[in-house]
Amino acid sequence: MINSSRYWVQRSTATSRLGAVLGIMLLAVLISVPYWGGRAEMRLLVEVFYILALAQLWNLLAGYGGLVSVGQQAFLGFGGYMLFVFSIHVGVGAVWTIPLAGILGALISLPVAFLVFRLRGHYFAIGTWVVAEVFMLIFAQIIALGGGSGASLPVSVVRSIASSRSVREATIYWVALAVVVAVIVVIYLLLRSRHGLALTAIRDSEEASRSLGVDNFRAKLMVYIFAAFGTAAIGALIFLTKLRISPAAAFDINWTTTVIFIVVIGGIGTIEGPIIGTIIYFLLREPLADYGSWYLILLGSTAVLIMLKAPQGIWGLISERFELRFFPVQRQLRWTVNDD
Amino acid sequence: MSLLEVNNLDAFYGDFQALFGINLAIEEGEAVAIIGANGAGKSTFLRSVSGLVTNTADAINYRGMDISHRAASDIVGQGIAMVPEGRKLFPSLSVEENLLIGGYSQRAGAWNLERIYGMFPILKERRDVAGTALSGGEQQMTAIGRALMANPELILFDELSLGLAPIVINDIYESLPTIKQEGVTLLLVEQDINKALEVADRVYCFQEGRVSLTGVPRNLTKDSIAAAYFGSDK
Amino acid sequence: MIEWVNTVLQGILTGGLYALFAAGLAIIFGVMRLVNITHGDLIVLSAFVAMVAIDVMGFNPFISLVAVLPIMFVFGYILQRSILNFTLGDDLLPPLLVTFGLSIVIQNLLLQIFSADSQRIKAGSLEILSIQLYENLSVGVFPLIVFIVAVFIIIGLQYLFSNTRIGRAFRATSDDAVTAQLMGINDRHIFSLSMALALLIVGIAGLFVGISTNFDPSAGPSRLLFAFEAVIMGGLGSLWGTLAGGIILGVSQNIGAKLDPGWQILAGHIAFLVILVFRPNGLFPRMRDD
Ligand SMILES: Nc1ncnc2c1ncn2[C@@H]1O[C@H](COP(=O)(O)OP(=O)(O)OP(=O)(O)O)[C@@H](O)[C@H]1O
Ligand SMILES: [Mg+2]
Repeated sequence: MINSSRYWVQRSTATSRLGAVLGIMLLAVLISVPYWGGRAEMRLLVEVFYILALAQLWNLLAGYGGLVSVGQQAFLGFGGYMLFVFSIHVGVGAVWTIPLAGILGALISLPVAFLVFRLRGHYFAIGTWVVAEVFMLIFAQIIALGGGSGASLPVSVVRSIASSRSVREATIYWVALAVVVAVIVVIYLLLRSRHGLALTAIRDSEEASRSLGVDNFRAKLMVYIFAAFGTAAIGALIFLTKLRISPAAAFDINWTTTVIFIVVIGGIGTIEGPIIGTIIYFLLREPLADYGSWYLILLGSTAVLIMLKAPQGIWGLISERFELRFFPVQRQLRWTVNDD
Repeated sequence: MSLLEVNNLDAFYGDFQALFGINLAIEEGEAVAIIGANGAGKSTFLRSVSGLVTNTADAINYRGMDISHRAASDIVGQGIAMVPEGRKLFPSLSVEENLLIGGYSQRAGAWNLERIYGMFPILKERRDVAGTALSGGEQQMTAIGRALMANPELILFDELSLGLAPIVINDIYESLPTIKQEGVTLLLVEQDINKALEVADRVYCFQEGRVSLTGVPRNLTKDSIAAAYFGSDK
Repeated sequence: MIEWVNTVLQGILTGGLYALFAAGLAIIFGVMRLVNITHGDLIVLSAFVAMVAIDVMGFNPFISLVAVLPIMFVFGYILQRSILNFTLGDDLLPPLLVTFGLSIVIQNLLLQIFSADSQRIKAGSLEILSIQLYENLSVGVFPLIVFIVAVFIIIGLQYLFSNTRIGRAFRATSDDAVTAQLMGINDRHIFSLSMALALLIVGIAGLFVGISTNFDPSAGPSRLLFAFEAVIMGGLGSLWGTLAGGIILGVSQNIGAKLDPGWQILAGHIAFLVILVFRPNGLFPRMRDD
């Protein structure tokens, strides 16, 4: 009966086209912020950008790659330290240390993967945490980098970005914006590629994807290295805004904790989820800042509740209800029946 | 009052409906066989009775008690034990431990290790071996023994003959009359129709989740069984 | 020379404490394949419970277990029955993320209640008593007690799992929870009991940690890592393995500390990573692979 039907695989949806238009408009507004925005807003936005970028990377790892790492702070801190190593001791321009830290982070992730990929499932998570601790303890031993008490970025390095403070802040702002946009775009393209299909298959069913001949190991390794690259680059960026580093701050598990809560609450396994989660995180953080650890208790219990009652997260609930999809990475099979 | 009375039972795996309005009754002391093609819903029916599948309410009455929504772990204590498809011995338990765990519910009754070993002497020899190190037939004996250790009134067998050599199947089936003599009611699902007809007092045939035929073995013709098996249009 | 003997000896005794950390983790992994990220925080929680029992009720440290153990047992049962049971299944994410979230919640609740101050449980003269084995070689009575208790707990657990009705039920449920139900075993109850049992051991470990080191609400994660390393080094699911793993961890930490105080923890982690490379299944892997 549907002999003359035509099938095609469609990924873009009406919302995604609308989303693209809105996204470009939003991007234009964000690019212009340094020309009219205040310093405080810019600082906050920089933080939003790097947290969102970290969340996207963690979501790629755990939500798509099934690699639940609680040790991404290893790469974040490593990247942060690379900023100090290369800008102070080698003389690389501070901004250029960001991609450099990424590349070195990707390189160091290879031996790390060799170790932690030996651990299955749940134990992988804790294994990554051990590695992060090892990184911290090793950097705490390096006297040239300030040992356990850490180091500050010399004024000369900071000046080298730009001599005026406002240009410097605008530069860092644009770099942070570029980083988060790049991370989202790369993840989006990655998920739409052939490898992305493999990853989605892994996420949905490890067994099924194995029987489809999807090379799990290679796909996972690729994701792991890419996440390390991005996380290390962001680490350099973060400590460029902080101007001070110490092993305890650089390799703090709270980097990963925050990101996990954001992704779980927003919705794991989607690109929109981390965005929603980041917005919620920052919206709640300001009013709840005075409550100290109650804020973390609230976030933790919300994440637990979401995992138990609505594992798709807030974005999952929204998109299910309204059939929205701004980043259509899943292919939808469509057909029409031709009457003629 | 029948021992087990099933009225209009529907059963589901998530959204998938596997059984449609099954009606069936078993009297105390009977041996009843369920036959049917692959995927007809025979195992599902046994799993329904033993509480592993979500059932419609009020569908399963055991000694006049509605057990449709009882947890599987409660049902053994009520006197219904199962020998599951594929034996399902516990690999980290020895043969003897597998038997002992059968008695976990601590229901009073006549069965104990000695009697099981009396019925299947080979198991006594191999009591300390891991259950999974046994041959298929020995595994099946262990699974039967394990179910008997629960001192059941009704015992459900899912495909006793599955994957076993004919001679071994005969050995296994020889134990059934002994069990029946103890007053245990038998409900067996079986692909091997001849074996089923040999031991059963009554037979049900399932087809695509429905009862397609019931009767006493001597009244059933090959043709009627074939029709009930595959559907009448074939 | 004698100094090194001393270092190794102290390390072995510390290993007893780590084995206690690890045994609880090994039990719940063994029974339900659950890795509990709150494990370390629960150890710290129980140290706080012991502290309160001692301070408020005026109990002797060891008598405090009369309060701590029932509390931890019941807490473990409820935790599993009301929350963690709902995370079990094929998907790895829920148990990990839920226990991770709970870990943060417990840490911050402890912080709210007890502040970030470092605490210590006083055990009087027991803290300093030692037995002279040789010139310059002595062992503390308390570490020795910890080690002996750890050994007896492992013997007890081994007996429980191998020779008792409930132990068989644990193993059967671990093998196949669905078939276990056909035996009349309520798998949810068994899972909850295994968590309760794990928290009994956590309760003892918590008291010992409180006496032997300073602790504060953020001390949990490092205990989790020690427990985890001991479990993996020993071989998943093997109880004696956890003792071996704990000893290796304790000895390498002590050797590290002797070379340079900053290397103590690092040396333990490195021993773990080395074993991971050369014996990825641990030193005493279980025969059964699942
Ligand atoms: N766990 C399950 N989830 C979903 N569907 C199932 C499940 N188990 C069985 N089914 C489906 O239910 C139907 C009945 O299956 P059942 O196992 O009861 O058949 P059966 O008569 O025992 O067949 P066989 O002779 O192959 O054992 C089949 O269509 C099967 O695919
Ligand atoms: Mg079947």
